[in-house]
Amino acid sequence: MADNNGNKPQPIGLPRIGFYVCHCGSNIAGTIDVAEVAQFVAGLPGVVVSRDYKYMCSDPGQEMIAQDIKEHKLDRLVVAACSPNLHEETFRKAAAKGGLNSFLFQMVNIREHASWVHEDKKAATAKAKGLARAAVYRVRFHKPLEKQQVPVDPNVLVVGGGIAGIHAALTLANAGKKVTLVEREATIGGHMALFDKTFPTLDCAACILTPKMSAVKSHPNITLWTYSEVAKVDGYVGNYKVTVKRKPRYVKEDLCVGCMECIDACVFKEPKFTDQFNQGLGKRKPVYIDFPQATPKVVLIDPQSCIQLKTGKCKKSCAEACDRDAIDFTQKEETRELQVGAIVLATGFQAFDAKKEPRYGYGRYPGVYTALEIERLVNASGPTSGEVVLRDGRHPKSVGIIHCVGSRDAKTNKWCSRVCCMYSLKLAHLIQEHSGAEVYNFYIDMRAPGKAYEEFYDKLLSEGVHFIRGRVSEVTDWAMTPEEEGKLVLRVEDTLAGFVRRIPVDMVVLATGLEPKADAQEVRRRFNIGCGNEGFFQERHPKLAPVNTFTDGIFIAGACQAPRDIPDTVAQAGAAAAEALVLIDAGHVELEPNTSHVVEEECCGCKSCVPLCPYGAITFDEAKKKASINEVLCKGCGVCAAACPSGSIRQNLFEDEEIFSEIEGVLAK
Amino acid sequence: MSKPMEQGAGAGFEPRIVAFFCNWCTYTAADLAGVSRLKYAPNVRVIRVMCSGRVDPQFVMEAFAKGADGVLLGGCHPGDCHYAEGNYKTLRRMRMLERMLKDMGIADGRFRLEWISGAEGDKVKSVVNDMVAKVRALGPLDLPGKFAEWDKEIEELEHQISAQPAKEAVHAR
Repeated sequence: MADNNGNKPQPIGLPRIGFYVCHCGSNIAGTIDVAEVAQFVAGLPGVVVSRDYKYMCSDPGQEMIAQDIKEHKLDRLVVAACSPNLHEETFRKAAAKGGLNSFLFQMVNIREHASWVHEDKKAATAKAKGLARAAVYRVRFHKPLEKQQVPVDPNVLVVGGGIAGIHAALTLANAGKKVTLVEREATIGGHMALFDKTFPTLDCAACILTPKMSAVKSHPNITLWTYSEVAKVDGYVGNYKVTVKRKPRYVKEDLCVGCMECIDACVFKEPKFTDQFNQGLGKRKPVYIDFPQATPKVVLIDPQSCIQLKTGKCKKSCAEACDRDAIDFTQKEETRELQVGAIVLATGFQAFDAKKEPRYGYGRYPGVYTALEIERLVNASGPTSGEVVLRDGRHPKSVGIIHCVGSRDAKTNKWCSRVCCMYSLKLAHLIQEHSGAEVYNFYIDMRAPGKAYEEFYDKLLSEGVHFIRGRVSEVTDWAMTPEEEGKLVLRVEDTLAGFVRRIPVDMVVLATGLEPKADAQEVRRRFNIGCGNEGFFQERHPKLAPVNTFTDGIFIAGACQAPRDIPDTVAQAGAAAAEALVLIDAGHVELEPNTSHVVEEECCGCKSCVPLCPYGAITFDEAKKKASINEVLCKGCGVCAAACPSGSIRQNLFEDEEIFSEIEGVLAK
Repeated sequence: MSKPMEQGAGAGFEPRIVAFFCNWCTYTAADLAGVSRLKYAPNVRVIRVMCSGRVDPQFVMEAFAKGADGVLLGGCHPGDCHYAEGNYKTLRRMRMLERMLKDMGIADGRFRLEWISGAEGDKVKSVVNDMVAKVRALGPLDLPGKFAEWDKEIEELEHQISAQPAKEAVHAR
């Protein structure tokens, strides 16, 4: 530990700066000569103490800072370590512990921005010195600041009513918070409601999901808005104002009891419109309910197919059949506003569109199905009541399941969708159980990394399901032998046997991967959060803040963040709910004091700043001819400070002098 | 100011580049580049601002004046600004600044505005490497050196001027 301290007498007017450079084990010290940095900084004007230490963020490291502040009467603190996004708060606290205002501190990022990205030790050390000098120059201009406290609205909005949203809403509601759950579809349940069984336990999805769905509906703390979408989000952590659009279902939700008399009475005697819930495998009427356990159990009318809504010339037998007068053809879209303190986003995923892999013939060969379609086919409440039957009515004698369709593929989606291996095993088991067909799995690698997952794979191996390692190159109906006539032939290189095979089957199942929802970009902009390169919502930290986002008060859960299975989704939804509770139960949030303010005597009244503020925080006092900034509305971007021609707008922590001295510091020779 | 502002690269010239990165996108992307252990040229010194919209064109000019060979400004992609529209304001200002810099004889490529999202650690790497290579090819800007030179020229001119009236005074007499 180089120690360049001592009670150096300081010329009057100079600050007393303490500088600390962290080794971070070998993370920094392996590339940057930290002792040299400490020695260099010790020679800069105003620096009284300059030390390097193994782990500055450790308790002894922080204690050292606090001690030095008292002992050497430090009035400024600079720590060169990792990213301020990681430990700025830690050292602010250390400063406060020593009795120094937390904001008389500046952090220097020499790990993420230097030691980890450079190999040349000399150059990295020179960079660290330059950055440290900039901070030492800058910190002189720092002023003591106080964090502003604002109260947190205790209500929560949960967006998305799949298993993630359901679990988050229930957790929060059970903790006594008022929750509004907004779901785009007519029923909650999400993808899980489509499934028959869940891996690896093979317990029935409906049996574990529907009790939770009813709990949502009946919970006194939950307001459920289905068939609704968030249109706009304003405000900031603890105080969000949310605008929700409620689409008309042409049925009064509070009157409908879900008796379904109207469906029987509809002028269409037979269901003839595509049933989206059943993945297009079944038919429904214009007035319908997605599935018997739909929550809320309220029918809706599709304006695209209802004669009354299209032409106004129907005898309205549905309305006549309803003894509660719940049917209302005049319903219009409604806009509602909500005040919430926190938001949990659980908007889920969409399945890869199998038509984007034309070599597998989806949409061209009727015998090719997506995994979600099979989920409905094997489902007892599905369009065939659980009978595995082809579109032409035949029962398949052999079925091929192709893994990684739209996953692990540079041409479509690069990522592993995490659930396809396991759900393919489940479907193999269910198809075999329901139809007795021979089932072939075509896989690249078998990925079973979960509790009891590998055991489930072992179980399938012993059930006589065939496993062929190789990526299927194409599905064709071009027969080369009499046995292949009338079949779909899968051409595949069996990479374990080492030759190309042709496997004829009656039914092909495409294990389609998980991808971000088509409108994920619009949604994340609405909520002011980020997306990763692949389009899933970006977490604040991949390991340490997996449900937080860069926007405080907005949390993410489930497959909107990355592909994940039900157990992980539920765990994450619980975590997101807990994070929201932490925020709410604290009762208030502390806002970063990096807001801007106007120095009134210097303001020339030009009004340049007024239209620049997207939050309407700047007003103009016509009597005084001066601008003024409402610091509660100000979010601290500094756009106005940069534009003010007279320099009378100052942004705390980013004042002109601070940045100019930083520029000087990085460039000084 | 008859001499051209720009001269070619000298041997062993290491460009010095000042970068202003917005906290939410580009600074985070640079953190991500670090966490991912991507390697890039060590010539850039990053100054953190909350929004690229905080960057006063004067900051850029000050950096050049204090000896930077290049200035890089990084913000969120259009439409993605953490503060709704700060980056549009940046864009407006910087387009104007670019024209001014050109008029001042500062070559294209010495100032660069880039949109880098928090997920684009690899873009930080490619932009920095690319910019360092281009500025290296342009050679040193060395405005402080030029300022000193110009000051000297002015000093000489002043000297000449102050010598002249003395002569005229003699004639007048």
